[in-house]
Amino acid sequence: MQNLEVDLDKLKIKNPILTASGTFGYGLEYTSFGALNKLGGIITKGLSLEPRQGSSGHRVFETPCGIINSIGLQNIGVKSFVQDKLPNLPWDQTPVITNIYGNSISEFEELADYLAGQKEIAALEVNISCPNVSAGGMLFGQDPDLAGQVCQRVKSRAGDKPVIMKLTPNTGDILGIARAVQDAGADIISLINTITAMEVDIESRTPVLGNVTGGLSGPCIKPIALRMVHEVCQNVQIPVIGIGGISSARDILEFILVGAHAVELGSINFSRPDISFQLVNELSRLTRELNIGSWEEFRGMLETQG
Amino acid sequence: MNRQANSNQEYVKLRVEDITSFSSKKFYHLRLTSPGWNWKPGQFVMLRPNKWTFDPFGARPFSIADDDGKNLHIYFQVVGKGTQKLAELRKNESVMVWGPLGNHFESDPNVPTLLLAGGMGIVPFVGLVENYPNPKNLELIFGHRHDIGNYPYNLMARKILTWNVQDVSEKDLTWLERALRIKMQGYSEDGMIMACGPRPFLQLIQQFALQFNVRAQVSLETRMLCGIGACLGCVVQNQQQENIPVCSHGPVFNIQDVVL
Repeated sequence: MQNLEVDLDKLKIKNPILTASGTFGYGLEYTSFGALNKLGGIITKGLSLEPRQGSSGHRVFETPCGIINSIGLQNIGVKSFVQDKLPNLPWDQTPVITNIYGNSISEFEELADYLAGQKEIAALEVNISCPNVSAGGMLFGQDPDLAGQVCQRVKSRAGDKPVIMKLTPNTGDILGIARAVQDAGADIISLINTITAMEVDIESRTPVLGNVTGGLSGPCIKPIALRMVHEVCQNVQIPVIGIGGISSARDILEFILVGAHAVELGSINFSRPDISFQLVNELSRLTRELNIGSWEEFRGMLETQG
Repeated sequence: MNRQANSNQEYVKLRVEDITSFSSKKFYHLRLTSPGWNWKPGQFVMLRPNKWTFDPFGARPFSIADDDGKNLHIYFQVVGKGTQKLAELRKNESVMVWGPLGNHFESDPNVPTLLLAGGMGIVPFVGLVENYPNPKNLELIFGHRHDIGNYPYNLMARKILTWNVQDVSEKDLTWLERALRIKMQGYSEDGMIMACGPRPFLQLIQQFALQFNVRAQVSLETRMLCGIGACLGCVVQNQQQENIPVCSHGPVFNIQDVVL
Protein backbone atom coordinates (compact mmCIF):
# COMPACT_ATOMS: atom_id res chain seq x y z
CA MET A 1 0.00 0.00 0.00
CA GLN A 2 1.38 3.37 -1.04
CA ASN A 3 -1.03 5.31 1.08
CA LEU A 4 -1.17 4.10 4.68
CA GLU A 5 -3.42 6.94 5.85
CA VAL A 6 -6.03 6.10 8.45
CA ASP A 7 -9.21 7.98 9.19
CA LEU A 8 -10.17 7.59 12.84
CA ASP A 9 -13.25 9.70 12.27
CA LYS A 10 -12.17 12.73 14.32
CA LEU A 11 -8.46 12.12 13.83
CA LYS A 12 -6.59 11.58 10.58
CA ILE A 13 -3.15 10.00 10.68
CA LYS A 14 -0.67 9.31 7.88
CA ASN A 15 -0.14 5.70 8.94
CA PRO A 16 -1.52 3.47 11.70
CA ILE A 17 1.66 3.52 13.83
CA LEU A 18 1.52 5.51 17.04
CA THR A 19 3.86 5.31 20.02
CA ALA A 20 2.38 4.07 23.29
CA SER A 21 2.37 6.36 26.28
CA GLY A 22 5.25 5.75 28.67
CA THR A 23 7.42 4.00 26.12
CA PHE A 24 8.47 6.97 24.01
CA GLY A 25 9.23 9.63 26.63
CA TYR A 26 8.12 13.02 25.39
CA GLY A 27 9.15 12.07 21.85
CA LEU A 28 12.33 14.12 21.80
CA GLU A 29 14.35 11.29 23.37
CA TYR A 30 14.00 9.39 20.08
CA THR A 31 15.15 11.99 17.58
CA SER A 32 18.51 10.21 17.14
CA PHE A 33 16.71 7.09 15.90
CA GLY A 34 14.39 8.40 13.20
CA ALA A 35 12.32 11.32 11.93
CA LEU A 36 9.39 11.87 14.30
CA ASN A 37 7.22 13.23 11.49
CA LYS A 38 7.33 9.81 9.84
CA LEU A 39 5.12 8.35 12.58
CA GLY A 40 1.34 8.21 12.51
CA GLY A 41 1.41 10.07 15.79
CA ILE A 42 3.30 10.58 19.02
CA ILE A 43 1.59 9.81 22.31
CA THR A 44 3.34 11.37 25.28
CA LYS A 45 4.18 9.95 28.63
CA GLY A 46 1.18 10.25 30.98
CA LEU A 47 0.88 13.86 32.10
CA SER A 48 -0.65 15.08 35.36
CA LEU A 49 -1.50 18.61 36.47
CA GLU A 50 1.53 18.80 38.74
CA PRO A 51 4.88 17.04 38.30
CA ARG A 52 4.95 13.56 39.86
CA GLN A 53 7.97 11.74 41.27
CA GLY A 54 6.59 8.24 40.67
CA SER A 55 7.33 5.04 42.58
CA SER A 56 10.32 4.41 44.80
CA GLY A 57 12.59 1.37 44.74
CA HIS A 58 13.16 -0.82 41.73
CA ARG A 59 10.89 0.10 38.86
CA VAL A 60 11.53 -2.30 36.02
CA PHE A 61 12.17 -6.02 35.78
CA GLU A 62 12.65 -8.13 32.69
CA THR A 63 10.56 -11.28 32.31
CA PRO A 64 10.54 -13.84 29.48
CA CYS A 65 9.50 -11.87 26.37
CA GLY A 66 8.46 -8.84 28.33
CA ILE A 67 8.93 -6.46 31.23
CA ILE A 68 7.13 -5.57 34.41
CA ASN A 69 7.24 -1.92 35.33
CA SER A 70 6.10 0.25 38.12
CA ILE A 71 7.19 3.76 37.20
CA GLY A 72 4.19 5.27 38.94
CA LEU A 73 3.53 7.94 36.32
CA GLN A 74 6.60 10.04 37.00
CA ASN A 75 6.26 13.07 34.72
CA ILE A 76 7.20 16.72 34.45
CA GLY A 77 3.61 17.97 34.63
CA VAL A 78 1.38 19.15 31.83
CA LYS A 79 2.46 22.80 31.89
CA SER A 80 6.15 22.00 31.69
CA PHE A 81 5.42 19.64 28.80
CA VAL A 82 3.53 22.34 26.91
CA GLN A 83 6.19 24.98 27.57
CA ASP A 84 9.42 23.02 27.27
CA LYS A 85 8.81 19.97 25.09
CA LEU A 86 5.88 20.67 22.78
CA PRO A 87 7.49 23.55 20.83
CA ASN A 88 10.32 21.18 19.84
CA LEU A 89 8.03 18.43 18.55
CA PRO A 90 6.93 18.41 14.87
CA TRP A 91 3.27 18.92 15.87
CA ASP A 92 2.51 20.63 12.55
CA GLN A 93 3.63 17.51 10.66
CA THR A 94 2.31 14.66 12.78
CA PRO A 95 -0.31 14.55 15.54
CA VAL A 96 0.98 14.96 19.08
CA ILE A 97 -1.44 13.29 21.47
CA THR A 98 -1.17 13.94 25.19
CA ASN A 99 -1.89 11.07 27.52
CA ILE A 100 -3.45 12.52 30.67
CA TYR A 101 -3.83 11.22 34.18
CA GLY A 102 -5.82 12.68 37.07
CA ASN A 103 -6.26 11.64 40.71
CA SER A 104 -9.88 12.69 40.52
CA ILE A 105 -12.50 13.50 37.93
CA SER A 106 -12.01 17.20 38.53
CA GLU A 107 -8.28 16.86 37.81
CA PHE A 108 -9.11 15.17 34.53
CA GLU A 109 -11.44 18.08 33.75
CA GLU A 110 -8.77 20.62 34.54
CA LEU A 111 -6.27 18.82 32.31
CA ALA A 112 -8.75 18.70 29.43
CA ASP A 113 -9.59 22.33 29.93
CA TYR A 114 -5.96 23.39 29.77
CA LEU A 115 -5.08 21.21 26.77
CA ALA A 116 -8.18 22.22 24.81
CA GLY A 117 -6.53 25.61 24.46
CA GLN A 118 -3.27 24.28 23.01
CA LYS A 119 -3.44 24.30 19.24
CA GLU A 120 -0.38 22.02 18.95
CA ILE A 121 -2.20 19.12 20.61
CA ALA A 122 -4.14 16.87 18.22
CA ALA A 123 -6.03 14.72 20.71
CA LEU A 124 -6.22 13.57 24.31
CA GLU A 125 -5.71 10.00 25.43
CA VAL A 126 -7.29 9.53 28.84
CA ASN A 127 -5.47 7.12 31.12
CA ILE A 128 -8.04 5.35 33.25
CA SER A 129 -5.89 2.27 33.38
CA CYS A 130 -2.59 2.81 35.17
CA PRO A 131 -2.01 -0.06 37.60
CA ASN A 132 0.83 1.67 39.44
CA VAL A 133 -0.74 4.59 41.25
CA SER A 134 -2.64 4.53 44.51
CA ALA A 135 -5.34 7.11 43.79
CA GLY A 136 -7.67 6.81 40.83
CA GLY A 137 -5.72 5.22 38.01
CA MET A 138 -7.01 1.83 37.14
CA LEU A 139 -10.03 2.18 39.43
CA PHE A 140 -11.65 4.57 36.98
CA GLY A 141 -11.19 1.99 34.28
CA GLN A 142 -12.65 -0.93 36.23
CA ASP A 143 -16.08 0.50 36.89
CA PRO A 144 -18.27 1.25 33.86
CA ASP A 145 -20.07 4.11 35.63
CA LEU A 146 -16.84 5.82 36.70
CA ALA A 147 -15.22 5.27 33.30
CA GLY A 148 -18.26 6.82 31.64
CA GLN A 149 -18.22 9.75 34.03
CA VAL A 150 -14.54 10.51 33.44
CA CYS A 151 -15.10 10.31 29.70
CA GLN A 152 -18.16 12.52 29.70
CA ARG A 153 -16.51 15.18 31.87
CA VAL A 154 -13.26 15.20 29.85
CA LYS A 155 -15.27 15.39 26.66
CA SER A 156 -17.24 18.36 27.96
CA ARG A 157 -14.00 20.31 28.52
CA ALA A 158 -11.90 19.11 25.60
CA GLY A 159 -13.38 21.47 23.01
CA ASP A 160 -12.84 20.08 19.55
CA LYS A 161 -10.04 17.72 20.61
CA PRO A 162 -10.86 14.08 19.98
CA VAL A 163 -10.90 12.05 23.18
CA ILE A 164 -9.32 8.60 23.25
CA MET A 165 -10.19 6.45 26.28
CA LYS A 166 -7.37 4.02 27.16
CA LEU A 167 -8.74 0.90 28.80
CA THR A 168 -7.22 -1.52 31.27
CA PRO A 169 -7.27 -5.28 30.72
CA ASN A 170 -7.51 -5.73 34.50
CA THR A 171 -11.27 -6.05 34.54
CA GLY A 172 -13.73 -8.86 34.09
CA ASP A 173 -16.00 -6.66 32.04
CA ILE A 174 -14.02 -5.07 29.23
CA LEU A 175 -17.14 -4.79 27.07
CA GLY A 176 -19.09 -3.04 29.81
CA ILE A 177 -16.33 -0.45 30.12
CA ALA A 178 -15.98 -0.05 26.35
CA ARG A 179 -19.70 0.46 25.88
CA ALA A 180 -19.84 2.89 28.80
CA VAL A 181 -17.17 5.17 27.36
CA GLN A 182 -18.69 4.96 23.90
CA ASP A 183 -22.07 5.99 25.33
CA ALA A 184 -20.36 8.82 27.23
CA GLY A 185 -19.10 10.29 23.97
CA ALA A 186 -15.61 8.85 23.55
CA ASP A 187 -14.31 9.41 20.03
CA ILE A 188 -11.83 6.54 20.07
CA ILE A 189 -10.95 3.63 22.37
CA SER A 190 -7.40 2.38 22.87
CA LEU A 191 -6.51 -0.88 24.62
CA ILE A 192 -4.82 -2.61 26.38
CA ASN A 193 -2.72 -1.00 29.07
CA THR A 194 -0.39 -3.31 31.04
CA ILE A 195 -1.55 -6.41 32.89
CA THR A 196 -1.06 -6.40 36.65
CA ALA A 197 1.75 -8.80 37.52
CA MET A 198 4.58 -9.48 39.94
CA GLU A 199 7.88 -11.34 40.39
CA VAL A 200 9.64 -12.27 43.61
CA ASP A 201 13.19 -13.14 44.62
CA ILE A 202 13.37 -16.36 46.61
CA GLU A 203 16.85 -15.58 47.95
CA SER A 204 16.10 -12.21 49.47
CA ARG A 205 12.42 -13.18 49.91
CA THR A 206 11.32 -9.81 48.56
CA PRO A 207 9.33 -8.61 45.56
CA VAL A 208 11.58 -7.49 42.70
CA LEU A 209 9.71 -4.19 42.34
CA GLY A 210 9.58 -1.49 45.00
CA ASN A 211 5.84 -1.22 44.47
CA VAL A 212 5.40 -5.03 44.90
CA THR A 213 3.24 -5.31 41.78
CA GLY A 214 3.62 -3.70 38.39
CA GLY A 215 2.30 -3.86 34.85
CA LEU A 216 3.38 -6.57 32.43
CA SER A 217 4.00 -5.57 28.82
CA GLY A 218 5.87 -6.80 25.76
CA PRO A 219 5.37 -9.62 23.24
CA CYS A 220 4.23 -12.03 25.98
CA ILE A 221 0.93 -10.14 26.33
CA LYS A 222 0.16 -9.82 22.62
CA PRO A 223 -2.30 -12.74 22.37
CA ILE A 224 -4.25 -11.40 25.34
CA ALA A 225 -4.31 -7.92 23.82
CA LEU A 226 -5.42 -9.30 20.47
CA ARG A 227 -8.29 -11.20 22.07
CA MET A 228 -9.51 -8.12 23.94
CA VAL A 229 -9.19 -5.81 20.93
CA HIS A 230 -11.14 -8.33 18.85
CA GLU A 231 -13.86 -8.52 21.46
CA VAL A 232 -14.18 -4.75 21.79
CA CYS A 233 -14.13 -4.17 18.02
CA GLN A 234 -17.04 -6.60 17.68
CA ASN A 235 -19.09 -4.56 20.08
CA VAL A 236 -18.45 -0.86 19.59
CA GLN A 237 -18.97 1.48 16.64
CA ILE A 238 -16.18 3.97 17.34
CA PRO A 239 -12.60 3.39 16.07
CA VAL A 240 -10.29 1.28 18.21
CA ILE A 241 -6.51 1.53 18.60
CA GLY A 242 -4.83 -1.78 19.47
CA ILE A 243 -1.97 -1.92 21.96
CA GLY A 244 -0.07 -4.81 23.52
CA GLY A 245 3.22 -6.46 22.65
CA ILE A 246 3.34 -5.34 19.03
CA SER A 247 6.81 -5.72 17.56
CA SER A 248 6.46 -6.30 13.80
CA ALA A 249 4.48 -5.29 10.72
CA ARG A 250 2.83 -8.70 10.90
CA ASP A 251 1.61 -7.97 14.44
CA ILE A 252 0.16 -4.66 13.26
CA LEU A 253 -1.83 -6.39 10.54
CA GLU A 254 -3.12 -8.94 13.05
CA PHE A 255 -4.63 -6.14 15.13
CA ILE A 256 -6.10 -4.48 12.06
CA LEU A 257 -7.52 -7.81 10.89
CA VAL A 258 -9.46 -8.17 14.15
CA GLY A 259 -10.85 -4.68 13.70
CA ALA A 260 -8.40 -2.05 14.99
CA HIS A 261 -7.94 1.15 12.99
CA ALA A 262 -4.46 1.81 14.29
CA VAL A 263 -1.94 0.53 16.82
CA GLU A 264 0.45 1.81 19.45
CA LEU A 265 3.97 0.41 19.75
CA GLY A 266 5.09 0.06 23.35
CA SER A 267 7.84 -1.86 25.11
CA ILE A 268 9.60 -2.78 21.89
CA ASN A 269 10.72 0.86 21.63
CA PHE A 270 13.09 0.11 24.53
CA SER A 271 14.72 -2.91 22.87
CA ARG A 272 14.87 -1.41 19.38
CA PRO A 273 14.68 2.38 19.55
CA ASP A 274 14.33 2.72 15.78
CA ILE A 275 11.47 0.26 15.43
CA SER A 276 8.51 2.65 15.22
CA PHE A 277 10.17 4.35 12.28
CA GLN A 278 11.24 1.12 10.61
CA LEU A 279 7.81 -0.47 10.81
CA VAL A 280 6.31 2.32 8.72
CA ASN A 281 8.41 1.07 5.80
CA GLU A 282 7.86 -2.57 6.63
CA LEU A 283 4.11 -2.13 6.85
CA SER A 284 4.06 -0.58 3.42
CA ARG A 285 6.05 -3.52 2.07
CA LEU A 286 3.99 -6.20 3.79
CA THR A 287 0.64 -4.82 2.67
CA ARG A 288 1.94 -4.83 -0.90
CA GLU A 289 3.14 -8.40 -0.50
CA LEU A 290 -0.27 -9.49 0.77
CA ASN A 291 -2.09 -7.52 -1.92
CA ILE A 292 -3.93 -5.36 0.56
CA GLY A 293 -5.12 -2.38 -1.48
CA SER A 294 -6.84 -0.36 1.22
CA TRP A 295 -7.50 -0.53 4.95
CA GLU A 296 -11.23 -0.83 4.29
CA GLU A 297 -10.83 -4.14 2.47
CA PHE A 298 -8.75 -5.69 5.26
CA ARG A 299 -9.84 -4.15 8.57
CA GLY A 300 -12.03 -6.44 10.66
CA MET A 301 -12.16 -9.05 7.91
CA LEU A 302 -11.27 -11.95 10.20
CA GLU A 303 -13.13 -15.01 9.03
CA THR A 304 -14.50 -17.00 11.93
CA GLN A 305 -16.74 -20.00 11.58
CA GLY A 306 -20.28 -19.72 12.84
CA MET B 1 26.67 18.15 35.92
CA ASN B 2 23.34 17.76 34.19
CA ARG B 3 24.47 18.07 30.65
CA GLN B 4 22.50 15.80 28.39
CA ALA B 5 24.90 14.78 25.67
CA ASN B 6 22.38 13.26 23.28
CA SER B 7 23.14 15.29 20.19
CA ASN B 8 25.66 12.80 18.81
CA GLN B 9 23.87 9.56 19.71
CA GLU B 10 23.77 6.89 17.05
CA TYR B 11 22.14 3.51 16.55
CA VAL B 12 24.54 1.21 14.76
CA LYS B 13 25.18 -2.39 13.89
CA LEU B 14 28.65 -3.49 15.00
CA ARG B 15 30.49 -6.72 14.37
CA VAL B 16 32.10 -8.87 17.03
CA GLU B 17 35.83 -8.93 16.35
CA ASP B 18 36.64 -11.11 19.27
CA ILE B 19 35.33 -12.29 22.63
CA THR B 20 37.70 -13.68 25.24
CA SER B 21 37.17 -14.88 28.78
CA PHE B 22 39.45 -14.02 31.67
CA SER B 23 40.78 -16.58 34.12
CA SER B 24 37.29 -17.56 35.20
CA LYS B 25 34.48 -18.13 32.73
CA LYS B 26 32.42 -15.38 34.33
CA PHE B 27 34.38 -12.44 32.99
CA TYR B 28 34.63 -11.39 29.34
CA HIS B 29 36.32 -8.88 27.09
CA LEU B 30 34.24 -8.10 24.03
CA ARG B 31 35.86 -6.32 21.11
CA LEU B 32 33.53 -4.76 18.54
CA THR B 33 34.29 -2.90 15.34
CA SER B 34 34.68 0.76 16.26
CA PRO B 35 31.70 3.00 15.53
CA GLY B 36 34.15 5.91 15.35
CA TRP B 37 32.35 7.95 17.98
CA ASN B 38 33.51 11.00 19.76
CA TRP B 39 33.10 9.76 23.35
CA LYS B 40 34.41 10.47 26.83
CA PRO B 41 35.20 8.16 29.77
CA GLY B 42 32.12 7.58 31.91
CA GLN B 43 29.78 7.31 28.93
CA PHE B 44 28.10 4.02 28.10
CA VAL B 45 26.27 2.09 25.40
CA MET B 46 23.16 -0.06 25.20
CA LEU B 47 23.94 -3.33 23.47
CA ARG B 48 21.71 -6.08 22.07
CA PRO B 49 22.83 -8.96 19.85
CA ASN B 50 20.93 -9.27 16.57
CA LYS B 51 20.30 -12.96 17.10
CA TRP B 52 18.34 -12.36 20.30
CA THR B 53 14.63 -12.88 19.79
CA PHE B 54 12.45 -11.74 22.71
CA ASP B 55 14.11 -13.57 25.58
CA PRO B 56 16.12 -11.76 26.84
CA PHE B 57 13.84 -8.93 25.84
CA GLY B 58 15.90 -5.80 26.38
CA ALA B 59 19.32 -4.42 25.63
CA ARG B 60 22.02 -4.23 28.33
CA PRO B 61 24.01 -1.17 29.41
CA PHE B 62 27.82 -1.27 29.43
CA SER B 63 30.47 1.33 30.14
CA ILE B 64 32.65 2.20 27.20
CA ALA B 65 35.99 0.82 28.41
CA ASP B 66 37.85 2.25 25.46
CA ASP B 67 37.66 2.89 21.74
CA ASP B 68 41.07 2.98 20.11
CA GLY B 69 39.66 3.84 16.70
CA LYS B 70 39.81 0.22 15.65
CA ASN B 71 37.75 -1.44 18.36
CA LEU B 72 35.13 -0.55 20.89
CA HIS B 73 36.07 -2.41 24.07
CA ILE B 74 33.45 -3.75 26.47
CA TYR B 75 34.09 -5.77 29.62
CA PHE B 76 31.36 -7.67 31.39
CA GLN B 77 30.74 -10.15 34.15
CA VAL B 78 28.09 -12.85 33.83
CA VAL B 79 25.48 -11.98 36.44
CA GLY B 80 22.21 -13.14 34.88
CA LYS B 81 20.41 -14.44 31.83
CA GLY B 82 21.35 -11.52 29.59
CA THR B 83 25.07 -11.52 30.27
CA GLN B 84 25.09 -15.34 30.08
CA LYS B 85 23.68 -15.08 26.57
CA LEU B 86 26.13 -12.33 25.69
CA ALA B 87 28.96 -14.67 26.61
CA GLU B 88 27.75 -16.94 23.80
CA LEU B 89 28.51 -14.28 21.17
CA ARG B 90 31.00 -15.40 18.54
CA LYS B 91 33.37 -13.66 16.13
CA ASN B 92 31.62 -11.92 13.20
CA GLU B 93 28.17 -11.97 14.78
CA SER B 94 26.49 -8.61 14.91
CA VAL B 95 25.11 -6.55 17.73
CA MET B 96 22.97 -3.43 17.72
CA VAL B 97 24.49 -0.68 19.80
CA TRP B 98 23.27 2.78 20.72
CA GLY B 99 25.46 5.46 22.19
CA PRO B 100 27.51 7.20 23.31
CA LEU B 101 25.02 7.67 26.15
CA GLY B 102 24.94 9.76 29.27
CA ASN B 103 27.41 12.28 30.63
CA HIS B 104 31.06 11.68 31.53
CA PHE B 105 33.67 12.23 34.22
CA GLU B 106 34.95 15.79 34.40
CA SER B 107 38.69 15.35 34.54
CA ASP B 108 41.47 17.89 34.96
CA PRO B 109 44.97 16.60 34.25
CA ASN B 110 46.41 19.29 36.52
CA VAL B 111 44.48 18.07 39.56
CA PRO B 112 45.71 15.01 41.46
CA THR B 113 42.94 12.48 40.94
CA LEU B 114 42.16 9.35 42.93
CA LEU B 115 40.22 6.65 41.11
CA LEU B 116 38.19 4.32 43.31
CA ALA B 117 36.84 1.21 41.66
CA GLY B 118 34.89 -1.70 43.05
CA GLY B 119 34.61 -4.86 40.94
CA MET B 120 33.40 -4.17 37.41
CA GLY B 121 33.33 -0.49 38.41
CA ILE B 122 36.90 -0.49 37.13
CA VAL B 123 35.72 -0.54 33.50
CA PRO B 124 35.01 3.18 32.84
CA PHE B 125 38.53 3.97 34.11
CA VAL B 126 40.25 1.80 31.52
CA GLY B 127 39.87 4.38 28.76
CA LEU B 128 40.40 7.27 31.13
CA VAL B 129 43.81 5.93 32.15
CA GLU B 130 44.72 4.86 28.62
CA ASN B 131 44.06 8.30 27.15
CA TYR B 132 45.06 10.49 30.11
CA PRO B 133 47.50 13.28 29.28
CA ASN B 134 49.12 13.28 32.74
CA PRO B 135 49.18 9.75 34.22
CA LYS B 136 51.45 10.88 37.07
CA ASN B 137 48.46 12.69 38.52
CA LEU B 138 46.33 9.52 38.65
CA GLU B 139 46.16 6.86 41.33
CA LEU B 140 43.80 3.89 41.60
CA ILE B 141 42.50 1.88 44.50
CA PHE B 142 40.74 -1.23 43.33
CA GLY B 143 38.59 -3.39 45.59
CA HIS B 144 37.51 -6.69 44.11
CA ARG B 145 35.96 -9.96 45.19
CA HIS B 146 37.13 -12.29 42.42
CA ASP B 147 40.68 -13.07 41.37
CA ILE B 148 42.53 -10.00 40.04
CA GLY B 149 43.14 -11.78 36.74
CA ASN B 150 39.46 -11.38 35.89
CA TYR B 151 39.62 -7.61 35.59
CA PRO B 152 41.39 -5.26 33.15
CA TYR B 153 43.63 -4.18 36.04
CA ASN B 154 47.05 -4.90 34.62
CA LEU B 155 46.45 -2.52 31.73
CA MET B 156 46.15 0.25 34.25
CA ALA B 157 48.88 -0.90 36.61
CA ARG B 158 51.35 -0.42 33.77
CA LYS B 159 50.45 3.26 33.43
CA ILE B 160 49.57 4.63 36.85
CA LEU B 161 50.09 3.98 40.54
CA THR B 162 47.61 1.30 41.60
CA TRP B 163 46.61 -0.55 44.75
CA ASN B 164 44.35 -3.53 44.89
CA VAL B 165 42.49 -5.09 47.77
CA GLN B 166 40.74 -8.40 47.35
CA ASP B 167 37.86 -8.44 49.80
CA VAL B 168 37.10 -12.01 50.58
CA SER B 169 36.74 -11.82 54.34
CA GLU B 170 35.38 -9.32 56.84
CA LYS B 171 38.97 -8.41 57.68
CA ASP B 172 39.68 -7.47 54.08
CA LEU B 173 36.70 -5.16 54.08
CA THR B 174 37.96 -3.40 57.16
CA TRP B 175 41.31 -3.03 55.42
CA LEU B 176 39.63 -1.55 52.32
CA GLU B 177 37.66 0.84 54.47
CA ARG B 178 40.82 1.97 56.21
CA ALA B 179 42.64 2.40 52.90
CA LEU B 180 39.79 4.52 51.52
CA ARG B 181 39.69 6.67 54.63
CA ILE B 182 43.42 7.40 54.62
CA LYS B 183 43.74 7.86 50.87
CA MET B 184 40.69 10.04 50.47
CA GLN B 185 41.84 12.33 53.24
CA GLY B 186 45.04 12.85 51.28
CA TYR B 187 43.07 14.26 48.37
CA SER B 188 40.94 16.70 50.37
CA GLU B 189 43.24 19.70 49.95
CA ASP B 190 43.69 20.05 46.23
CA GLY B 191 42.65 16.77 44.65
CA MET B 192 39.53 15.04 43.45
CA ILE B 193 37.99 11.61 43.35
CA MET B 194 36.20 9.56 40.73
CA ALA B 195 34.41 6.42 41.85
CA CYS B 196 32.46 3.55 40.37
CA GLY B 197 31.30 0.28 41.90
CA PRO B 198 28.58 -1.43 43.91
CA ARG B 199 26.28 0.69 46.08
CA PRO B 200 27.74 -0.22 49.52
CA PHE B 201 31.20 0.72 48.22
CA LEU B 202 29.90 4.05 46.92
CA GLN B 203 28.00 4.73 50.14
CA LEU B 204 31.25 4.42 52.06
CA ILE B 205 32.98 6.77 49.63
CA GLN B 206 30.13 9.26 49.91
CA GLN B 207 30.41 9.19 53.69
CA PHE B 208 34.18 9.89 53.61
CA ALA B 209 33.86 12.48 50.82
CA LEU B 210 31.43 14.50 52.90
CA GLN B 211 33.43 13.96 56.09
CA PHE B 212 36.74 15.10 54.57
CA ASN B 213 35.19 17.61 52.21
CA VAL B 214 36.81 16.17 49.14
CA ARG B 215 35.52 16.77 45.65
CA ALA B 216 34.13 13.52 44.23
CA GLN B 217 32.26 12.28 41.19
CA VAL B 218 30.49 8.97 41.19
CA SER B 219 29.30 6.82 38.31
CA LEU B 220 26.24 4.73 39.12
CA GLU B 221 25.50 1.21 37.93
CA THR B 222 21.77 0.51 37.55
CA ARG B 223 19.48 -1.76 35.57
CA MET B 224 18.35 0.09 32.45
CA LEU B 225 15.79 -0.47 29.73
CA CYS B 226 16.12 2.34 27.21
CA GLY B 227 19.33 4.17 28.13
CA ILE B 228 17.97 7.46 26.79
CA GLY B 229 15.76 8.85 29.55
CA ALA B 230 12.48 7.63 28.06
CA CYS B 231 11.34 4.84 30.39
CA LEU B 232 12.38 6.36 33.74
CA GLY B 233 13.17 2.88 35.03
CA CYS B 234 16.66 3.71 36.34
CA VAL B 235 16.13 6.70 38.59
CA VAL B 236 18.18 7.79 41.58
CA GLN B 237 17.01 10.33 44.14
CA ASN B 238 18.76 13.69 44.34
CA GLN B 239 19.01 15.87 47.45
CA GLN B 240 15.77 17.65 46.51
CA GLN B 241 13.97 14.27 46.66
CA GLU B 242 13.46 14.26 42.91
CA ASN B 243 13.82 11.04 40.94
CA ILE B 244 16.47 11.58 38.28
CA PRO B 245 17.10 9.13 35.42
CA VAL B 246 20.64 7.78 35.77
CA CYS B 247 20.96 7.10 32.04
CA SER B 248 20.26 10.59 30.73
CA HIS B 249 21.24 12.80 33.70
CA GLY B 250 24.15 10.56 34.75
CA PRO B 251 25.63 8.06 35.02
CA VAL B 252 28.17 10.45 36.58
CA PHE B 253 27.00 12.65 39.45
CA ASN B 254 28.68 14.91 41.98
CA ILE B 255 28.69 12.68 45.03
CA GLN B 256 26.90 15.17 47.28
CA ASP B 257 23.98 15.49 44.82
CA VAL B 258 22.59 11.95 45.02
CA VAL B 259 21.07 9.74 47.71
CA LEU B 260 22.88 6.42 47.52
